[in-house]
Amino acid sequence: MQITFVQPYPAIQQEDRVKYQPSNKGEHLTHSLPEPDEDKPGSGTVGKPFLDDPRITCRHVNVYYGVKHAILDVSLDIGRNEVIAMIGPSGCGKSTFIRCLNRMNDTIDGCRIEGEIKLDGTDIYAKNVDVVPLRAQIGMVFQKPNPFPKSIFDNVAYGPKIHGLAGNRAELEEIVETSLKKAGLWEEVKDRLNQSGTGLSGGQQQRLCIARTIAVGPEVILMDEPCSALDPIATAKIEELMGELRQQYSIVIVTHSMQQAARVSQRTAYFHMGDLIEVGLTPQVFTMPRHQLTQDYITGRFG
Amino acid sequence: MITPGIIMIALLLMATTGYYLGVRRSVAAAGGRRLIRNLHSRPTYYGLLTALWCGLPAVTVFSLWQFFDTQVVAHLVISQLPAEIENLEPSHISLLLNDIRNVIARQGSLERIDPALQAAAEHYLHLQRISNTALFVTIMALSMSALVVVRSRINKGLRARNHVEGIVKGLLAVCSTIAVFTTIGIVISVLYESLRFFQAVPVTEFLFGLKWSPQMAIRSDQVGSSGAFGAVPVFAGTLLISGIAMCVSVPIGLMAAIYLSEYAGKTFRAIAKPLMEILAGVPTVVYGFFAALVVAPVIRSLGVTLGLDVASESALAAGLVMGIMIIPFVSSLSDDMINAVPQSLRDGAYSLGATRSETVKHVLLPAALPGIVGGVLLAVSRAIGETMIVVMAAGLTANLTLNPFKTVTTVTVQIVTLLVGDQEFDSPKTLAAFALGLLLFVVTLVLNVIALYVVRRYREQYE
Ligand SMILES: Nc1ncnc2c1ncn2[C@@H]1O[C@H](COP(=O)(O)OP(=O)(O)O)[C@@H](O)[C@H]1O
Ligand SMILES: [Mg+2]
Repeated sequence: MQITFVQPYPAIQQEDRVKYQPSNKGEHLTHSLPEPDEDKPGSGTVGKPFLDDPRITCRHVNVYYGVKHAILDVSLDIGRNEVIAMIGPSGCGKSTFIRCLNRMNDTIDGCRIEGEIKLDGTDIYAKNVDVVPLRAQIGMVFQKPNPFPKSIFDNVAYGPKIHGLAGNRAELEEIVETSLKKAGLWEEVKDRLNQSGTGLSGGQQQRLCIARTIAVGPEVILMDEPCSALDPIATAKIEELMGELRQQYSIVIVTHSMQQAARVSQRTAYFHMGDLIEVGLTPQVFTMPRHQLTQDYITGRFG
Repeated sequence: MITPGIIMIALLLMATTGYYLGVRRSVAAAGGRRLIRNLHSRPTYYGLLTALWCGLPAVTVFSLWQFFDTQVVAHLVISQLPAEIENLEPSHISLLLNDIRNVIARQGSLERIDPALQAAAEHYLHLQRISNTALFVTIMALSMSALVVVRSRINKGLRARNHVEGIVKGLLAVCSTIAVFTTIGIVISVLYESLRFFQAVPVTEFLFGLKWSPQMAIRSDQVGSSGAFGAVPVFAGTLLISGIAMCVSVPIGLMAAIYLSEYAGKTFRAIAKPLMEILAGVPTVVYGFFAALVVAPVIRSLGVTLGLDVASESALAAGLVMGIMIIPFVSSLSDDMINAVPQSLRDGAYSLGATRSETVKHVLLPAALPGIVGGVLLAVSRAIGETMIVVMAAGLTANLTLNPFKTVTTVTVQIVTLLVGDQEFDSPKTLAAFALGLLLFVVTLVLNVIALYVVRRYREQYE
């Protein structure tokens, strides 16, 4: 595996950056934010948030936890067959944002979402939308591997069972096998499908969770820091897997590792305190960030 | 006059002094406050070590002394009394000793007292004083020599922290064995009485006999029965009532727990949970009233309209009310267990598109099962041990039946009725109570072992 950007600094064209003033390094960060629009806080995303043929479109998304305003007017498209990485310091709202995409925030008391999110043109927050099939369409993998305390087989078969995807046992077995194969776990577990999923190693557990997600036939897979609890070898396996899965699915990945974002993603979105600061092609964001905050973050000045 | 209280206070002072001397000595050994780093342990540990050595051996001697001192003094007093008294029966001697102690307690009252008794009392008091003084001297000597020895041993390299921790560990071990020894003591005493019962009534008759009517003739010439001591109907009654109670409490409690933890809003939960727990605080007598005065008549009239033969005191009434009583045991523990299932498992299920009820059924309940089984077990032992409701609502007649509309009785109720009778304490009727107690103990133990096994099995599978 190789890191696609090696020397970000020399390549940065300082004139391209928004209000970048080399002499003001020590100044307070907010000074270099673009002028906020009074009515729409945070609408100052730079770069290219929109696509021609998006799978998911988000427009003016605001999220509140009670009175806390966690996502400030974010507009962003997610394309087909792409991996888009969300980066940004802890607490900037990355998890909150991707949990909006499959309505996982509905399970949190006091969480309120405004704005519009469309999957293939239909508003997923419309009144008549049922979250059960929606969550089958948009799968999610979490930071900590969370296999159910069931056998490996049952872990993968659980989703197809509750959605009635398999007509009989043979079909179910086939779904389980193909899902495990796609998740690159089949060879390691095919002889012990009846053993508990919680007995696997961390990396295997995470791939089991990915297989479990794939088994219900999603179109989009959300991954919230899927490798942060894994060792480098397991991480490499999952990154490789993402490259393959991209052929079939759209993938949104939250990561704290900029190297990982650079390795696996085509586009990168940088969040800062609930604001979507910058979106662009990954190489561009890492080599020529156009916003001061992005620049500060990727050069490790804070975060 | 030196009393045990004064001795304890003196000992406490000694220990405190020991602490300060130990601290000072260790600081001096280090070469001053600034060089404390050179000590193996912090000065407090040297202080504690000294204090513990000053206190613990002395306290041990104190307790042992207190234990034997009364007997020794009593023996000495008796031996001073005229010879004919010495030859009295033990029970009379203890009465006499009681008199002597009463005289001492009422000292100065104007009552006329037998001069012999008065003399004995004075002798008793005198001996007690000597004993206390001797105790005081012994303990102080022990404590001081410990202080001197430990203090002289304190140097830079003394591993005081390790010693203190070792002593503390020992104390903890002693505390933990107290529960064990108590249990063993209870078992042995019950076992002893039961064995006496089994000398009168064969074990097989007790275990397999189908008739329970523990009526014994008080005098040998009385007409009446020799009593029947078959425990089966009593245990059947216990199981019947507990079974009914579990049928009520497990489903209701579990579903209440699921609702409270997964569906209910914060405010409802905050109000409902404490209210449910109040159920556990209602005295069982009150439940008994409720069962006897409200539930039993309702069941009876209901049975009459349905053309059933319902006794006015029925197993059903007692079981239902008992079930209500133990709902909080099931619900509260299950609720805690369901809440303890990690949020990540819920997230996993929801993210696959599982509904709430699917998440509960397939993920939360299996994961919480060991805890739920524990709660149910607690409820079972409550149900088996419950007496009051049964006395009031289910009656005293030992019927061997599975019909919940009949009067039945339970083990604990029988134990109570056997012991409140006017029989001699060593008649088979009274001793039967101990045999029942022993059997009940064995049954609950077996239940607990089974539950432990179930819990362990599932825990292995789910972690
Ligand atoms: N359940 C919640 N209730 C209240 N505030 C929350 C909750 N979850 C997250 N937040 C707040 O929302 C902000 C964004 O959190 P999050 O999306 O978890 O950040 P990230 O994933 O980027 O680290 C944080 O300030 C956090 O404190
Ligand atoms: Mg997060």
